[in-house]
Amino acid sequence: MKSSLYTSLQRKIITITLVVSFAPLLALGGTIYYQFARMYREKIEEQIQYRARAQADAVEVFLKERTAILAAMADTHSFREITDEKQLARVFSVMNTRAGAFVDLGVIDQAGQHLSYVGPYDLKNLNYYQQPWFGEVMSKGLYISDVYMGFRQIPHFIIAVRRQEGNQSWILRATIDSDVFQHLVRSAQLGRSGDAFIVNSKGVYQTRARFNGKALSESGINPNLFGRGTTMITREDESGDRALYAGSWLNGKNWLLVISQNASEEMSGLLATRNAEIGIIIAGILAIVLATVFTARMTVSRLREADERMNQLNAQLIQSDKLAALGKMAAGVAHEINNPLAVILEKTGWMEDLLSDEDFQESESLKEYRASLKKIEEHVERARKVVHGMLGYARKMEPRMEDVDVNYTILQTVAMLDNYSRINNIDISTKLSDEIPIIAGDQSQLQQVFLNLITNAIDAVGRDGRIDVTSRVEDAMIHVDVKDDGPGIPEDRQRKVFDPFYTTKETGRGTGLGLWVSYDIIQKMGGTIRLESKPGEGSTFTVYIPVLLPEKK
Amino acid sequence: MDYFRVLVVDDEEDFLETLVNRLNKRSIDTTGVQSGEDALALMEEKLFDVVILDIKMPGGMDGIETLREIKKMRPLTEVILLTGHGSMETSIEGMKLGAFDYLLKPVKLEDLLVKLAEAFEKKDSQDQKIRSAKIKELLRFPGRVFDQEKEED
Repeated sequence: MKSSLYTSLQRKIITITLVVSFAPLLALGGTIYYQFARMYREKIEEQIQYRARAQADAVEVFLKERTAILAAMADTHSFREITDEKQLARVFSVMNTRAGAFVDLGVIDQAGQHLSYVGPYDLKNLNYYQQPWFGEVMSKGLYISDVYMGFRQIPHFIIAVRRQEGNQSWILRATIDSDVFQHLVRSAQLGRSGDAFIVNSKGVYQTRARFNGKALSESGINPNLFGRGTTMITREDESGDRALYAGSWLNGKNWLLVISQNASEEMSGLLATRNAEIGIIIAGILAIVLATVFTARMTVSRLREADERMNQLNAQLIQSDKLAALGKMAAGVAHEINNPLAVILEKTGWMEDLLSDEDFQESESLKEYRASLKKIEEHVERARKVVHGMLGYARKMEPRMEDVDVNYTILQTVAMLDNYSRINNIDISTKLSDEIPIIAGDQSQLQQVFLNLITNAIDAVGRDGRIDVTSRVEDAMIHVDVKDDGPGIPEDRQRKVFDPFYTTKETGRGTGLGLWVSYDIIQKMGGTIRLESKPGEGSTFTVYIPVLLPEKK
Repeated sequence: MDYFRVLVVDDEEDFLETLVNRLNKRSIDTTGVQSGEDALALMEEKLFDVVILDIKMPGGMDGIETLREIKKMRPLTEVILLTGHGSMETSIEGMKLGAFDYLLKPVKLEDLLVKLAEAFEKKDSQDQKIRSAKIKELLRFPGRVFDQEKEED
């Protein structure tokens, strides 16, 4: 494997691990955060709404108490009694003792004339006939006003009840202490930014808001946004902060009690949780990334080491195989050469022996003969040394890597054997596929293989026959068949044909190395050679060559 | 030297014929045969002191098999192995089976004669030992008579 393959493997391991671990982590983190945020928000909204409702109830009770005591006073006193200012002051004192929060108390006749008054302002003898509340109380009998300025020019609101006495009616009117009321409403506010106030149906402040408005100023709140009972809206204020508003309508008075809360302040707990979660997730991601990169690197480097070790072992194995094969081959060659050398040496010796006979002693050329024979012996010795040297020395024979055209190699080989086959009247026909690609390999070695196979086929046929050489591509392998119509090979010999030194040819004609060497060559190319043969039907040797494409230059 | 008889076994006829001629010319009584089978057949009839045996003989019995048979039939006959390829394994196997020595082909006649002389010496001394052992046995068991023919084996 090349280093780029290791790099891409490492990248793949890292990517897959990261995707697989991040996806659930982020999904889990996101879901938990979303659920938590929803619950948190719901809880806060619930709380604000609850507070608004509770406070509205408190305000209702406050107003009901005041109204009840005022009505009771009106009912239990006659016009004569109540217009007596001493008596009125007593009633006022009882009211403040029992309920409290009354600023003043006055009696107004049906013409709007303020007949008697107890309180800090100078309002006696003023006529209220033109005041809006006067008409309301005259028609309804009981009235709680919105906040207004009135004659005293201070924002306030009043409670008034009408008493019918005979054919005349009169009004008992009390002003509610704004500070007490304000305090009551405000007691619902919470936190640094919380607020509590009341607006009327037109959105006008009825109590002073904590931050943005005096009583009677426009609140900017549209009360129509709030539904019946207690509801909730969110709004952005001028500074862009989001604020929560819970509004609760008072029963019996069209006032809206509003509790507001800055969302970001309320949500600060949620934000802290979110930040903690993001922190944990980031830390987790960092840890996962580091661990993944570290593990992937270690794994790939281990793999690489193992591969390198295996490659080394393979190389050693191949080398030792090759040496063993070469040793065997050298032994075979040595035998083939040493035997004739032995004959030459013996014959030379015999000639020397004969020259010693008396008949030759007179010959003038005797010296020349002896010298020549000595030379022959010298050269036999030289050849012997070479062969013996070869036995102990296996030459390196690395296959070359070049572009090989398999079809061309077949045609070239057939052409080489043209004479030999024609003498024996053997027809060699070729059927070669156009799809055979140019492969990387050693052309001369491949030619050696085809030469061996076709020569064997010719020898097997002997005389008068045919040999078919075909090439084709199947399953990403190049198949080359060498088929003869010779006598075939018996089954017990089929297994031996690739063994070294196995030959059926007569002594001196074959070394028994051809098929063995061919097999070795093809095996080193990553392919194999197979034999199919039936006695009487000829033999087919098939060469399988893997398609190893040449590197782009 | 004519006391000794030598048998040469080699499938290469040219080599065999010439070597036999050259040894005979040097007054060594030498016979040649071309296969292990022929050698064994001949040894049934005649006694040889030394056999020069080629290891690689395609077709029939090879040298090692022939050596094994010779040693079975005539344990005292010395065998010198000749080998065309320097396969140490085969030569060592031969030595283990009782061959006297081995020589690489092509071999110079002088070297072969030296080996022959050594083989004769060993054979001779062994013969002498056997003779003396037999005489010692005669002394221990007087009255026992040995067949003269067998004594030469």
